[in-house]
Amino acid sequence: MTYFDETAINARFFQRAMRRFLARKNTGLTRWMAACFLAVSIAAPAVAQDRSGPLRIEITEGVIEPVPIAVAPFLAENAAASEFAREITGVVASDLVGTGLFRDLPRESYISEVTNFDGEVAYADWKAINAEALVVGAVTMTSDNRLLVKFRLFDIFTGAPLGDGLQFAGSTNSWRRVAHKVADQVYSRITGEDGYFDSRVVYVEETGPKNARQKRLAIMDYDGANVQFLTDASSIVLAPRFSPTGDRVLFTSYETGFPQIYELAVGQVQKRALSELDAETMTFAPRYAPNGRTVVYSEARGGNTDIFRLDLNTGDRVRLTSAPSIETAPSFSPDGSQIVFESDRSGNQQLYVMGLNGGEPKRISFGQGRYGTPVWSPRGDFIAFTKQNNGRFHIGVMRTDGSNERLLTASFLDEGPTWAPNGRVLMFTRESAGADGQPALFSVDISGRNLRRVPTATAASDPAWSPLLP
Amino acid sequence: MTFTKTAVLLTAFALSACTSADRFGSGSGTGAAGADGSLAGSISDPTSPAYFNATVGDRVLFLVDQSTLSQEAQFVLDGQADWLLTNSEYSALIEGHADEQGTRDYNLALGARRASAVQNYLISKGVAPGRLKTISYGKERPIEICSDEACYSQNRRSVTVITAGAGV
Repeated sequence: MTYFDETAINARFFQRAMRRFLARKNTGLTRWMAACFLAVSIAAPAVAQDRSGPLRIEITEGVIEPVPIAVAPFLAENAAASEFAREITGVVASDLVGTGLFRDLPRESYISEVTNFDGEVAYADWKAINAEALVVGAVTMTSDNRLLVKFRLFDIFTGAPLGDGLQFAGSTNSWRRVAHKVADQVYSRITGEDGYFDSRVVYVEETGPKNARQKRLAIMDYDGANVQFLTDASSIVLAPRFSPTGDRVLFTSYETGFPQIYELAVGQVQKRALSELDAETMTFAPRYAPNGRTVVYSEARGGNTDIFRLDLNTGDRVRLTSAPSIETAPSFSPDGSQIVFESDRSGNQQLYVMGLNGGEPKRISFGQGRYGTPVWSPRGDFIAFTKQNNGRFHIGVMRTDGSNERLLTASFLDEGPTWAPNGRVLMFTRESAGADGQPALFSVDISGRNLRRVPTATAASDPAWSPLLP
Repeated sequence: MTFTKTAVLLTAFALSACTSADRFGSGSGTGAAGADGSLAGSISDPTSPAYFNATVGDRVLFLVDQSTLSQEAQFVLDGQADWLLTNSEYSALIEGHADEQGTRDYNLALGARRASAVQNYLISKGVAPGRLKTISYGKERPIEICSDEACYSQNRRSVTVITAGAGV
């Protein structure tokens, strides 16, 4: 296993970390003392050159310590907005802190309060509590019960706004989405990456004992809120996948008694079987092409599993692999020209890349152990996978040519990574061992940091992340 | 019945007796001898599915990541073939299963391989192909739930589920 070069963390980061370290030494001192101490440390030349440009976190470099920011309580511009203002502030802060890149400074530490959305920013006061950025927001409830949410972002160190103020409008029911959109903007302006908070996850909810699991398709916000069920538990369902526009879902169901792939439109109960094959052919492991009109999947017939491509409009079906070995878990490159999949043709599971129409595949995995469930990043730069080695499971990423393999997790059973819409975070299934073992959803960023459990009410598996919502 | 044959049947009985108790409680396939055992009949009736399950032996086990039929598996399957040839009013659904040590997709494919290996063996012994269907459950339906080889070895299995009808 190779790790990305973590020494690439630049001097700016080191100096920042130093400054935070110095500031932290003042824990317990009075605010005034802290301010004085910080003033001294800032005066030191090395730290003064800390930031020549605006605040920017490079995610791929890894972050040693979360950057302290202040998400000031959003102002309620009228009484009807006050509850929403409080809740929206909480979701914005939770989104940002949940990335592991930020630390939200507690309100008790504030020297000055934000009382006017358009007011002057007391940079010195925010600098004194070591905030690197300040988020200011305001919420208005309109006469027709819509929410207007606006925000401004300030870089405390340079003493300037980071981008213009923005306003979002939404129904009161969609207040969480509006909050996620604000947080996406803040994240995007500071990291230079697209956001991923205004997104959903489709997954399999699991209940009951290990030898009689009940499974239902469920959909939720990326942070576990707003759970809805898409199927009942009358038949086994597996591995749902979002369409590129997030409005349809592919999955495998045992509804007929045999595993077959189905498609349903989110928000509708009706589903349709995609394959009209005889019951002797099982179909599974479906994924959409980036155009949303084509699906790649596996068919098992006579004990042999191969990969096929299906045109959803015409029903045309094309065989892409033809080998006595197992070929499964296909995933398109974001430009739609290539397909990565797993095959045990070499004797055990390894990753291969082939063209849109099949042909001779090129093996890309060469490390110790077995590789499965490859998924091409939506940005095209990495392929995530499950790796099994020495009785442990890992989620890992590699470049699309197989180089720079990096394992992000290790446990009894990790599997099935799915990419956040910005290609910088992965969610996956982690199952605990033993008779009471249960699956849960976890996320980790591509530097291997910020491993955390995604909150779900029951056991859950097979997550698939939606694109960023429109 | 020769002495050898008796010995094989006794062995099969011993093997299946260990696991048949919760056989139907594990949510196996559809269209099979149901959870209420309605198709099962009397265990003492050699023409009954209950006899097949308990005495002939409805399952065979596999090594890690393998679908090769061991000598013991072939003995059990010989008995299954004999029973199916004798009791032509029944068909069979062959379930392939895997242990939890593998990814979901791969285990589905592996279960399909195992079920197919059993199907091909039974066909080679004269059972009409139209009477045998296969399905893979991958790692979705373990019968033993610990996370040790003791359980894994029981979960890496094929189960031949007797169904009504003479097939097509």
